[in-house]
Amino acid sequence: MTSPEIPRLSRDDVAHVANLARLTLSDEELDAFTGQLADVLDHAADIEALDLDDVPPMANPLPLVNVLRPDVPVSTEDAAKADAAAGFRAEVLAAAPSVEDGRFRVPPVLGEAP
Amino acid sequence: MSARSIAAAVRSGERSARSVVEEHLAAIDSSEGEVHAFNLVLADGALARADDLDRRIADGEDPGPLAGVPVALKDNLCTRGIDTTCGSKILEGWCPPYDATVVERLAAVGAVAIGKTNLDEFAMGSSTENSAFGPTRNPLDTSRVPGGSSGGSAAAVAAGFAPLALGSDTGGSIRQPAALCGTVGVKPTYGRVSRYGLVAFGSSLDQIGPFATSVEDAALLLEVIGGHDPLDSTSIPEASPDLLGALGRGVEGLRIGIISELMGGPDRAASVEGIADDVRARVEQAAEALAAAGATVEHASVPSTVYGLSAYYLIAPAEASSNLARFDGVRFGLRVDADTAAGMNTATRTAGFGDEVKRRIMLGTYALSTGYYDAYYGKSQKVRTLIQRDFARAYESFDLLLSPAAPTTAFPLGDKTDDPMLMYLNDVCTIPSNLAGHPSMSVPFGSGDDGLPVGVQVLAPALAEATMFRAAAVLEGAAP
Repeated sequence: MTSPEIPRLSRDDVAHVANLARLTLSDEELDAFTGQLADVLDHAADIEALDLDDVPPMANPLPLVNVLRPDVPVSTEDAAKADAAAGFRAEVLAAAPSVEDGRFRVPPVLGEAP
Repeated sequence: MSARSIAAAVRSGERSARSVVEEHLAAIDSSEGEVHAFNLVLADGALARADDLDRRIADGEDPGPLAGVPVALKDNLCTRGIDTTCGSKILEGWCPPYDATVVERLAAVGAVAIGKTNLDEFAMGSSTENSAFGPTRNPLDTSRVPGGSSGGSAAAVAAGFAPLALGSDTGGSIRQPAALCGTVGVKPTYGRVSRYGLVAFGSSLDQIGPFATSVEDAALLLEVIGGHDPLDSTSIPEASPDLLGALGRGVEGLRIGIISELMGGPDRAASVEGIADDVRARVEQAAEALAAAGATVEHASVPSTVYGLSAYYLIAPAEASSNLARFDGVRFGLRVDADTAAGMNTATRTAGFGDEVKRRIMLGTYALSTGYYDAYYGKSQKVRTLIQRDFARAYESFDLLLSPAAPTTAFPLGDKTDDPMLMYLNDVCTIPSNLAGHPSMSVPFGSGDDGLPVGVQVLAPALAEATMFRAAAVLEGAAP
């Protein structure tokens, strides 16, 4: 049971969100996922039916407010820290699938061959 | 042997850390093949660490309250230079360049990391069957699941591979496997334990917590890992609570409410469905034990908890769809090459993620998309407010609340893998605490009709872990 305003999730909807989420699905996967995701959304019909116009949304359990710390550079003044930072950078790059000149290497973004 | 007694023996020089580690590695050798609690056993590292601890003790040093105690780490906790897979092919072979705060804190008090435990991929699941590296089995009956997503950590403790383990709990991923494996499992207050170095799933819900064979050991581990961390912006700026000191205080005078909506049963129309009769009977028996120990026990109503499951399975996937966008083949883990960057991202994610992760990413993407945001994600956030309000109202009359930790005892492998919604129902009792940000824990309390353990869930208001542990200690002492 879904609310009248929201049509049941379709195969096209799933194909659309898969594309947004950078996933490719086979025809069989599209069929299976459409049914399974629709089941979850059907279960959520219980909250769709609630009248919550006067209830504020809650994004996080804590009453958090954004605070800014002073923007003070910490690594380059101190030679030891700078060395540590350089080592850390090397470790980060070492874990990447492809690296060139100290940067992450990726295939062309705008379609032009390198 | 409990963690506390191991640490006492090692600190006093009565036992070597090496003998402790060797004993646990032998236990792993004998039955890990059947259980598969670990993605990685750190045998060499643990022995080297033990030798180092023994040298320091011989030199008159005190390594700290977990000296020589093996701890199993869920494989979504970053360990510097040591594989951290999150149970996913997309991170296979990735070694983080830093340690999670909890890993550092364990090292600072003498603990020995013994291995990285299996989990449902990215902690998404309730049976540990969603791991890319195969399922973990329940050590009490290897035809059954250990629960999830921290099933490897629960199984490691239940099998005697380690006296302590860490897990993460987004919707029940510590408490539900603890219940199914007969261990103690604790989800602390949101913000109590630093999430720095925990690979993020649902950032407003995730919390790291302990598994142990006793309430006392769980208290010891939580004391060590808790407390403020400037590296986590949601870390509560307070010192870790004194829990060990609370354990002997009993429940005399405490007001404890059984949450009617989470008890099921034919006469309770307003309750969630699927709570097994044998589980309900044990929770009622636990309530009687608390009353016999001097607590006032009554039925309590937290009406909106019945909407928790629906809200959670929109909020958690929404947060996951955003958090998991970082796995794009650029900076770490798997890359499947293609002619364009976008093609590479898609090929990598399609090959690297398993079905459950794909389902949740798509569900979350849909719940956040134009036209559906208000109906799904927005509505869920409002339900979250309702749940927090209902808890606040209940805690005007009660100090603690009680419910099952899981609706049933451990179920057979393969039973629910074809029906995601059926699997999600496992989390119905644990989800409300995550949505509210409150602490709760599962304490083993007897067994069901099948002889497998039942976990009773003790729930407390934010930051009231000490009171929660008082009731847990009484339940442990009264368990049938």
